[in-house]
Amino acid sequence: MTTSKPGLVAQVRAGRIPALARLLTHIENDTPVGRAAFDALYPDSGEAHLIGVTGPPGGGKSTLVNELIRAYRARGQRVAVVAVDPSSPLTGGATLGDRIRMNEWHADPDVFIRSMASRRFGGGLAENTLAVAHILDATGFDPVIVETVGTGQDEVEIARLALTTLLIQVPGLGDSIQTLKAGSLEIGDILVVNKADRPEAIGLIRDLHHMKALAESHPEGGWDPPVVKTSALKGEGIDNLIHAIAKHRAWLESSGELAERLRTIAGEEVAARVRSEWRRWAEGSEAGAELAAFIGRVADREVSPRQAASDILEQLTKPAR
Amino acid sequence: MTDRPAGHPIRILVAKPGLDGHDRGAKVMARAFRDAGFEVIYTGLFQTPEMIASAALQEDVDVIGLSILSGAHMTLFPAIMDALKAVGRDDALVIAGGTIPATDQPAIKALGVAEVFGPGTRLQDAIEFVRAHAPVREDTA
Repeated sequence: MTTSKPGLVAQVRAGRIPALARLLTHIENDTPVGRAAFDALYPDSGEAHLIGVTGPPGGGKSTLVNELIRAYRARGQRVAVVAVDPSSPLTGGATLGDRIRMNEWHADPDVFIRSMASRRFGGGLAENTLAVAHILDATGFDPVIVETVGTGQDEVEIARLALTTLLIQVPGLGDSIQTLKAGSLEIGDILVVNKADRPEAIGLIRDLHHMKALAESHPEGGWDPPVVKTSALKGEGIDNLIHAIAKHRAWLESSGELAERLRTIAGEEVAARVRSEWRRWAEGSEAGAELAAFIGRVADREVSPRQAASDILEQLTKPAR
Repeated sequence: MTDRPAGHPIRILVAKPGLDGHDRGAKVMARAFRDAGFEVIYTGLFQTPEMIASAALQEDVDVIGLSILSGAHMTLFPAIMDALKAVGRDDALVIAGGTIPATDQPAIKALGVAEVFGPGTRLQDAIEFVRAHAPVREDTA
């Protein structure tokens, strides 16, 4: 009944889909099995192009991802998708409804789709979304597409974790002032106007071009995010989008930005893991009494919360005597 | 039965096999399971046995909820159970809902469907059943 951890990793390396699916649950739940397997498989990752897809709820992200799957399959590539939907802030439950747009690939062994609940992590992703993407990368899928929760103006985490970020915009959500605002519009490597078959799309495309024209021109050799029109439901504009993604990838490689981004991603991940390890320690029983003492001193106004945090960190990082 | 560890929510696939377009029941159940704290993968209408098996495999669900109101359950359920076995996911808890006459229920259960929830089911009963019977598979590969 029980299979040892190395067995699971070996099966995943051998391309066994049931083992892969099982392992992703371990990764998502951050179990000891998942942690060991992640450590073992991480060195095999780093080959896939990691594409982030973000944009408003109902903007057509999943439908667009379905079209990306079609285009990459036509090019003979093995495609994996991680699709994140929100968890309830009240019950923790979730309805994961992205896969419904991608049902047609059920018989294709070179397409792997996994749904994840955000588990209230924030930023449009789940805590272990990128770890899941790394495992799919390590298993030979390329590209790996990460679809975020439907996002608003401020969820930009995906751009720090993906190599190419597609920011989906749809017509009908506001006037040109919206395109002037800081936030998610700044983070798209490619600005995708989906539902471009709608008449109001003309205004949005104009506003996006105007917004770009308001800024100083990009430095020589820099990346100028293109505006790409698509109608995912009709399958229109997908070739242009694939071309823009390839062009961005080529720019990443030729400019040296690729190595830079991979380092940034690694840095973000290490920082996130330190935070989660810290939280695990703080919530664990062994830390309980020690932490309670610190909290008590803060509550009694003996030390400030900031001072207590410094003291705790110092204590944690002090070499054992 | 071992307790489900904290931070490991029940993952449940809710699907409608076959050709009837009546998805209100499936949506009511998906909503109820969501509100019970489960993670519900909703694949919707017109699912073939192979689609259901593929989703169950890739999503690594603990439970599969099938809603059927077409009357084709005696044809579809054997095919679904075979498809699940073919991908090695016959370890999942399978439950059914919709219009399955009492006379057919023994045959459906004999296929490995754990329970049938017909019209008039209390949502809480279905939720409790899933909580009590969802397999805990944490250390199995």
